[in-house]
Amino acid sequence: MVKNKKGIPRLLAYAINALLFFVFLGILNSLIASGIFSSYYVKILMLIAINIILAVSLNLATGFLGQLPLGHAGFMAVGAYASAIFMKATPLPNFVAFPIGLILGGLVAAVFGFIIGIPALRLRGDYLAIITLGFGEIIRVVLLNIDSVLGFNFTYGASSLKNIPKTTTVTNAFICVSIVLIIIHTTIKSKHGRAVLSIRENEIAAESCGVNTTYYKTMAFVMSAFFAGMAGSLYAGYVGILNPSGFAFMKSIEILVMVVLGGMGSMIGSVISATALTVLPELLRSFSEYRMVAYSLLLIIVMIFKPSGLMGTYDFSLSRIIGKCGDKISSHLRKGKEGRR
Amino acid sequence: MKKFISVALVLVFVLSLFAGCGSKTPASTQPATSAAPQGGTGTIKIGVLGCTSGDYAQYGNAVIHGAQLYIDKVNAAGGINGKKIEYIIYDDKGDPTEAVNAYNRLVGNGITALLGSVLSGATAAVVGEANPTNMPMITASATDAGVTYNADKKLVYKNVFRTCYIDPFQGQKMADYASQKLNAKTAAIIFETGNDYAVGLKNAFIAKAKANGITVVAETAYSKGDKDFKSQLTNIKAKNPDVIFCPNYYEDDGMIVTQARQLGIKSVFMGGDGWANVYKYASAADLEGSIFCSSYAPGSTDEIKKFEADFKAKYPNETPNMFSAQGYDAAIVLLDAIKAAESKNLKVGSAEYKQAIIDGMKNTTSVGLGGKYKFDEYNNPIKNAVIIKLQGGAEKFSEVF
Repeated sequence: MVKNKKGIPRLLAYAINALLFFVFLGILNSLIASGIFSSYYVKILMLIAINIILAVSLNLATGFLGQLPLGHAGFMAVGAYASAIFMKATPLPNFVAFPIGLILGGLVAAVFGFIIGIPALRLRGDYLAIITLGFGEIIRVVLLNIDSVLGFNFTYGASSLKNIPKTTTVTNAFICVSIVLIIIHTTIKSKHGRAVLSIRENEIAAESCGVNTTYYKTMAFVMSAFFAGMAGSLYAGYVGILNPSGFAFMKSIEILVMVVLGGMGSMIGSVISATALTVLPELLRSFSEYRMVAYSLLLIIVMIFKPSGLMGTYDFSLSRIIGKCGDKISSHLRKGKEGRR
Repeated sequence: MKKFISVALVLVFVLSLFAGCGSKTPASTQPATSAAPQGGTGTIKIGVLGCTSGDYAQYGNAVIHGAQLYIDKVNAAGGINGKKIEYIIYDDKGDPTEAVNAYNRLVGNGITALLGSVLSGATAAVVGEANPTNMPMITASATDAGVTYNADKKLVYKNVFRTCYIDPFQGQKMADYASQKLNAKTAAIIFETGNDYAVGLKNAFIAKAKANGITVVAETAYSKGDKDFKSQLTNIKAKNPDVIFCPNYYEDDGMIVTQARQLGIKSVFMGGDGWANVYKYASAADLEGSIFCSSYAPGSTDEIKKFEADFKAKYPNETPNMFSAQGYDAAIVLLDAIKAAESKNLKVGSAEYKQAIIDGMKNTTSVGLGGKYKFDEYNNPIKNAVIIKLQGGAEKFSEVF
């Protein structure tokens, strides 16, 4: 068995993670079933899950790949509409249709990510930001006006796509979040992930070392789009009504704020800031008109005192912590034994 | 120091993660206490939802203030059956996601009925939540047909009512008015693409105009935020239509009329209730003779005069408009239905009580500012349109059509 340099045996780590996953799922479900979590908390939890997926997927392109795409809401919109239209049309029962819709939403968004990624990723920095920004707007305008081009009701444009089956539950949202986190985490820790990180650090150096930069840039970008599409499908099943105006430029910025606030290149940072930025406006609801001011102030303060984001590039590793604790305990025991001698 | 502050900030964020769980205790115990059996005294909780901030805040504030005016009046007179009406107002910013969250929070607060929301999109999102639990709901301003009717399943949402017209109704009325009263033979349309209100009115107008034998010679669109309409208007001018249907919000309408007159277009402008307050956005001479339909005729009856006086007394900085009148009417219909439910001696907040409120609204006999209310099979009010004509820079009540 391979032993990690720091931490504990990999199999044990997997077992602990799987156990924690089921324990959390069990706690969540029992809280909801017992009625301690009202429908309000359930809704907020779902929204948190959706925002975590959005933030972590954007972090893949922003924090790990080092690009600045501003069209994340566009991918989300594509995924949301694809899965919503499928869910409305399909005769399949919900528990079969839901995963299909989820993957369909992701795939359609990934296709769009691929199409836009190939020309866009030849550019850098501001230029990439502008081209993805433009793409996001194109998606929104197309969704708005495609019906009059097609001549039949497809996205229902401005009058909103209504009556989407509300299939998103806390359980399936939680499972989706876990899957997304696992996939992104393992990708980043793999050979491919190291290639992606090398592009972020220095693209020319990476290329000269034989990293196929175009391939890895596109891969990370398409993955990011896929998960955004998945988040979009969850969102469609959460809110039940889709309007293109909800996927405007500001939505992309909101997601980017979550990533930057949490720390670019830190998954735990994205998770924390996505959760906090979803919960905060709700907590501040009783302040009513001041809540947006308080919220903005908090963002400014964080950026002044911690410009690298709350977590910087730190990432949380349970096995590392357990391993460190284990080391400390064992060294302590050893010292104790030595002392007695 | 810096490090201390950043650590403190991280703590704030982490705590806010748990704060969601921490603050649940009071919220979840509230419904339990309000569900306790009550005698003749106590309160009836209702939720009020609307956009009090954001782009459409002036609609939301007008509706909510109108509703507040009536509810406060009822409370001052002793409430219903000795019970005061307690209302909780939440802002949804006109956003469906916020509306869904705010609605669920209201449910957590133990509301018995909902007045809201204000914009169609947000209201439709709330209906998706409220319909499965049969929550009585009345909106004062959501004009989209889909708010009370599920067109996919051909199902009427039995718990949802409204006191405003639906979009198609206004478009049809204006097409009828154009052919019957103005003897129009040709019409042009300029509308904001991507605005569900404008598109809804436009589609209904075109369908009805064709049936009435009016030729639609031009159908031109502009985008949200446009300030220059000259290219669209030049196109319309070449076709020289009898009437121009302009079913947009007042600010754009004012600019369109001004620019049209500059280009020398003489056609009569027609619009929907979004035209209310247009007189602030174009000159009296340019607007002269323009027509729009509304559900509110300022100063036309004694009740309306009284409402206007009361409204100005309570909110000195605001002018009562159609939205506040509809909010006032929505509160009347809802409170009358609650009165009917109270007479059945049911427990406040129970499923039977909610059903009784819904039945009360369905068979309403309330008299509001817009006349006597009666709902059709789609829970839309059956009422006539009020035609408003712009004369000398003022919006004058012309006739009921």
